[in-house]
Amino acid sequence: MSALRILVPIKRVIDYAVKPRINKTQTGVETVGVNHSTNPFDDLSIEESVQIREKKRAPGGVEDICVFSAGPPKAQDNLRNALAIGADRAIHVALKEGEDLEPLSVAKMLKLVTEQQKSNLVILGKQSIDDDSNQTGQMLAGLLGWPQATQACGIEFGAGDMVSVTREVDGGVETVRAKLPLIITTDLRLNKPRYANLPSIMKAKKKPMEKKTLADYGITSERRLKVLKVTGPEARQGGGKVEDVDGMISKLKELGAI
Amino acid sequence: MASRPQLAPVLRRLGRAPAHLRRPAALQQSVSLPTRCFSSSRPRFFQRTAVVAKSTNFTTETYPDIKRDSRFAQLTPEHVDYFRGLLGSESAVIDGVTKHEAADDIEPFNSDWMGKYRGRCQLVLKPGSTDEVSKILKYCNDNMLAVVPQGGNTGLVGGSVPVFDEIVVNMGRMNRIIDFDEVSGTLVADAGCILESADQFLASKGYIFPLDLAAKGSCHIGGNLATNAGGLRLLRYGSLHGTVLGIEAVLADGTVVDDLCKLRKNNTGYDLKQLFIGAEGTIGIITKVSILCPQRPQAQNVAFFGLESFEQVQLAFRAAKGQLSEILSAFELMDEGSQALVRQVTKNPSPLEGRYPFYCLIETSGSNADHDGEKLQSFLEDVMEKGIVADGTLAQDETQVKSLWAWREDITESLSHLGGTYKYDVSIPLKEMYQLVEDTRARVDAAGLLGDSDEFPVRAVVGYGHMGDANLHLNVATRRFDERVEKVLEPFIYEWIAERQGSISAEHGLGLMKKKYIGYSRNPTMIGLMKNIKNTFDPKGILNPYKYL
Ligand SMILES: Cc1cc2nc3c(=O)[nH]c(=O)nc-3n(C[C@H](O)[C@H](O)[C@H](O)COP(=O)(O)OP(=O)(O)OC[C@H]3O[C@@H](n4cnc5c(N)ncnc54)[C@H](O)[C@@H]3O)c2cc1C
Repeated sequence: MSALRILVPIKRVIDYAVKPRINKTQTGVETVGVNHSTNPFDDLSIEESVQIREKKRAPGGVEDICVFSAGPPKAQDNLRNALAIGADRAIHVALKEGEDLEPLSVAKMLKLVTEQQKSNLVILGKQSIDDDSNQTGQMLAGLLGWPQATQACGIEFGAGDMVSVTREVDGGVETVRAKLPLIITTDLRLNKPRYANLPSIMKAKKKPMEKKTLADYGITSERRLKVLKVTGPEARQGGGKVEDVDGMISKLKELGAI
Repeated sequence: MASRPQLAPVLRRLGRAPAHLRRPAALQQSVSLPTRCFSSSRPRFFQRTAVVAKSTNFTTETYPDIKRDSRFAQLTPEHVDYFRGLLGSESAVIDGVTKHEAADDIEPFNSDWMGKYRGRCQLVLKPGSTDEVSKILKYCNDNMLAVVPQGGNTGLVGGSVPVFDEIVVNMGRMNRIIDFDEVSGTLVADAGCILESADQFLASKGYIFPLDLAAKGSCHIGGNLATNAGGLRLLRYGSLHGTVLGIEAVLADGTVVDDLCKLRKNNTGYDLKQLFIGAEGTIGIITKVSILCPQRPQAQNVAFFGLESFEQVQLAFRAAKGQLSEILSAFELMDEGSQALVRQVTKNPSPLEGRYPFYCLIETSGSNADHDGEKLQSFLEDVMEKGIVADGTLAQDETQVKSLWAWREDITESLSHLGGTYKYDVSIPLKEMYQLVEDTRARVDAAGLLGDSDEFPVRAVVGYGHMGDANLHLNVATRRFDERVEKVLEPFIYEWIAERQGSISAEHGLGLMKKKYIGYSRNPTMIGLMKNIKNTFDPKGILNPYKYL
């Protein structure tokens, strides 16, 4: 089997523990002064790549794990963290603060990166939790003409470059099989991302990080889609108010609920 | 979300409340946000297994030498009628005197959080105003009815539940935020406000409550004052004796003491409010609180690390003070024993790969996350290179901040899932702090009581605590009640502490559990003066009898 050269694209997004607020102009979610973190699905991709290497799951071994992010300067922190978890090197494409790419632009750029890095496996999050597009992996597969296995909850490597991917579907799981090169997108139950430990955080500082711009890939951040308006979910209708716990219990008794 | 904390008691009553755990609660919070549904896959850590209360022995059975004070009157239906008339609302009186079916409803007020103490109270009153508290106490004082003031009932020394048939005055209905001054940060609120609700209110204003502890989802700020709770950030924000600006309280005879000062400085006479802080409901019921709240830090960073010895823990602490001085907000210690129990109960994967005899959690709070993060990282690199720290990790995001904190905060709750725990909350000079755990473990082991299998009553002797405040929690986790255990532990532990001029109760108070042992930390002159104070404020002794002094 060929040795794996894994590409892991990651995105810096609003920390999922933060409650998102809609900005004043209603064009998106407020990102200024809000904590950010790596898109949780991407944490799974990083962890999975490192586990494939550590547990020697691929018969041909893992030759390279490259993490990639197009994002603001702070995205380098997220790349460093991925390096601390166990990726070998990173590529950062600098975007201006607030600049955002549509999935198609990202996919086009990733196509070039995949070719340049000679990757034969790309593991992406199934979606990023800021725009929830769930498109990039699929578009990339289309552009490259590679097979894709989305929403993976299990990945196994067999002989002759065969990869079996278990995916979560409504009402159960489905197992698909394809040959490398391949696109995989990750779902929640794939693994449990680890904490980066101190020695590796320190080591990660010395790992290579290439710095690029959109122009290097011939990409612009032009938009094909226009956001008309972003609004929050409708406020819940207020219910009745009981005075205290006992009031609630008697109310529940009255309603025959307990 | 604002109503969640108030729900805690009812969940507990239904016997399944992980009410005290804010970590899972916080994760749950994100579940309700439509785009973030993936967090739903994170399991809730705890399910409280069963209502402990029913299985708990009555305190009077466990401690047969405590006798009911015959001066106190027995409750009659006439008394109940008076309270009903006074409080009006149906839900304000839980009456087990005339209604036997109310027994189940009263049970949670009779039993303490640990399931160690259980009283025989027949009547719970829930006043809605200071005036009602005043009238209740006046009537009780006139009729010689004993009273137990109760907040969130999370106290750990048996102070918040009755021993015999004392009336429980529960402050849960007095839970309003009364006033907040956005310039000075002074919060005025009812004593029955749940700590977490008060803090959430403050968060919306950019401020923080100067106290934080794992029971925040249930405990009341009045209860916090009454126990002079210390908690996780005392290192940063200081003790309640400094942050509380004013108190309104009701004395045993119904007198309302209005010292609800909002000033930072007020040197006019004895500072009487200080007496109520840490009085554990023995000299009056606190009804309102005025407290100075600091600006909420914009940036919090958390690191968690493993160390090979207690010597190294001390070195790390000194290094942290030196290098992180103004941003250090917590320095917590946990031994491997305590972490093993958390692993066993929560089934969470541990943050570090290896096992170490000690772990520390460091939190920094400041105004610039990047700046603080850099400082913390260079501190960690320094202690790592010097070989003080064996391994460690830094939280990369908010979720990791919370899950690292959980390793410290879930200890108390995890232990409670495994059986009864003897808890000692002590303060000892740092140098010898952990020695107490080792000596106690050796002693329990030598008595043949400690072991891995069921035949041994003691599961583990563990230590953790607020290293930054030289405050150790020595916990002896048992499989079942066995009177030999207590005999091995006491008075040994108290004597050990007294020899080193330590405190036998650093932050949990005296309650029923440590009443007998106050002499180990206070001399007879001090105790005599305390008794005078008690007699001045509560001459008939109706407030929280059988406890404290
Ligand atoms: C998981 C857990 C973690 C904890 N962590 C800490 C910690 O880190 N630091 C710490 O110091 N403590 C800690 N505690 C114990 C702490 O004392 C209580 O959690 C809290 O301060 C008590 O508040 P409460 O409202 O539950 O009071 P209760 O338990 O209801 O009462 C405690 C005492 O105060 C009296 N009292 C209550 N309200 C009033 C009032 N309004 N007026 C007069 N007297 C009153 C009661 O009579 C009783 O004697 C912890 C407890 C738990 C369960």
